[in-house]
Amino acid sequence: MVLINLLSAPAGTIIWTSVAFLIVAFLLKKMAWKPILKTLKDREEFIEESLKSAEDAKAQMSLLKADNEKLLAEARVEREKILKEAREMKESIISEAKKTATAEGDRLIATARQEIEKEKANAMSDIKKQVAALSVEIAEKILRSELDNPAKQQDIVEQHLNQSQLS
Amino acid sequence: MQTSENKKLTNTQKGMKNCLFALLGLFLSLSVAANPHSDTASSGHDDQVHSEEAHNESHEEGFDAGQMIMHHIADAHEIHFLTWNAGTENESDLSIHLPVILWTNDGLKMFSSGHLYHNPVHADHGHAYQHENFIMYDEVIYYANEHGHLEFDEYGAVLNDAPLDLSITKTVVGLLLTSILILLIFLSVAKTYKRNPKEAPKGLQAWMEPLILFVRDDVVRPSVGEKKADKFMPFLLTVFFFIWIANLLGLMSFIGGYNVMGSMAVTMVLAILVFIITTYHGNKHYWMHIVWPSGVPFLIKLILVPIEVVQIFLKPIVLMIRLTANITAGHIIILAFTALIFIFGQSSAAAGYGVGAGSLIFMIFMFLIELLVAFLQAYVFTLLSAIYFGSAVEEAHH
Repeated sequence: MVLINLLSAPAGTIIWTSVAFLIVAFLLKKMAWKPILKTLKDREEFIEESLKSAEDAKAQMSLLKADNEKLLAEARVEREKILKEAREMKESIISEAKKTATAEGDRLIATARQEIEKEKANAMSDIKKQVAALSVEIAEKILRSELDNPAKQQDIVEQHLNQSQLS
Repeated sequence: MQTSENKKLTNTQKGMKNCLFALLGLFLSLSVAANPHSDTASSGHDDQVHSEEAHNESHEEGFDAGQMIMHHIADAHEIHFLTWNAGTENESDLSIHLPVILWTNDGLKMFSSGHLYHNPVHADHGHAYQHENFIMYDEVIYYANEHGHLEFDEYGAVLNDAPLDLSITKTVVGLLLTSILILLIFLSVAKTYKRNPKEAPKGLQAWMEPLILFVRDDVVRPSVGEKKADKFMPFLLTVFFFIWIANLLGLMSFIGGYNVMGSMAVTMVLAILVFIITTYHGNKHYWMHIVWPSGVPFLIKLILVPIEVVQIFLKPIVLMIRLTANITAGHIIILAFTALIFIFGQSSAAAGYGVGAGSLIFMIFMFLIELLVAFLQAYVFTLLSAIYFGSAVEEAHH
């Protein structure tokens, strides 16, 4: 008998259950499930979007990074090139300068030598001239003094004649 | 100053929590009967002599495990906690007598069930309780016949008419407790969601969110399909948490042992709602599949169609029986282990203690399984409902 009571479904309980459950279901639907499910959905979308934008940012970042690296590499190559060029230029300038300097030096030396030769020649001819003039003057003076005395003039002539005879 | 303010705050919080119990108190005519009921009520009634005998007889029979178990899982008009001095002159009970509400031929009648329980009368098959012209036998209230008695047929079934019993029975109290709990939990959770929509869940919200997501992502969406799932979510979530919380409540035997989902009336309502929703949402494909399954030879159709038609009704009935049977069975097993202790205790105290130790281990084990079953049955009911809804809204795929 008790078992029948257990398995029976009394109308009163059915009515109470229907009323209680329907009220609970209605209240929860309006006041709990709607906002909760909406919030969950919104949050999921928000998270999804955030993840996506983070992914995008990451991709962009890596792109930027690659760009940067490329730029950096290029800059490095450029620097190397510039440095190399500079080095080459330096060397060429130095060698050029050296060459020019040597040539100039040689030229200067040559000119100086020529000048010196010229000066020397000049000086020699000057000296020759002066010596000639001086000898003429001396000779004149000597002649004058010597030739004042006719004896002496005779002597000299003799002497010269002797000498020339000797040679 | 500040401490007193704090105190006030915690007091109001406490007050909010107590509100639940206060509400209950309003519902129940809270009459804790701790008075001996065998002697006091015996004035004036002729039946009382019989009742006295019936009462004493039942105690001389000793411990009846079957009756004890049935008493615990069956519905009652009281919430019974304890009995002490059992079988003696001043046997006392600690119980809450729930209000009896009857829709009778003379209109609505309300009284405390204490009037019934304090007035046992003799009936041919066991004992009954009487108040005015109402006799309660096996927790069912009947009209007394013209002699003020119950009549039975040869199989022991009561022949008397019965009024519509709208009483707040133990099951109804469990139902109301469940409703209040579920409302308190989810309205507060919803409030948290509205307050910080984009923050990580915390507190109660963090406990409930995985369950809500579990129901949505692992139960409803795979069964119904993502597009149409939203339509059924509120009902299925309510069903899931309603069953689960009611089951958990039923496991707390110390608060009265509500056997809400073990009551066929409750599961019947849920199953009928599932049936109504399935039928309401059933599309052309669903009905055609039942009435005229395509790609099947005619003769097989003749066999198949009746089966399909019966299945429409069978599905919710199976839902109803599965839930009730599972929950009731779990309670019966735990109670049976308890009964073992008393059965052995009757032969000797030592045997009682010995078996008690063993029983306790099994009871704890069973209790843990029951915790799982409480969740599992809520899950199964929700899942099968979702599958039925899914079949109702499924589009033709050929």
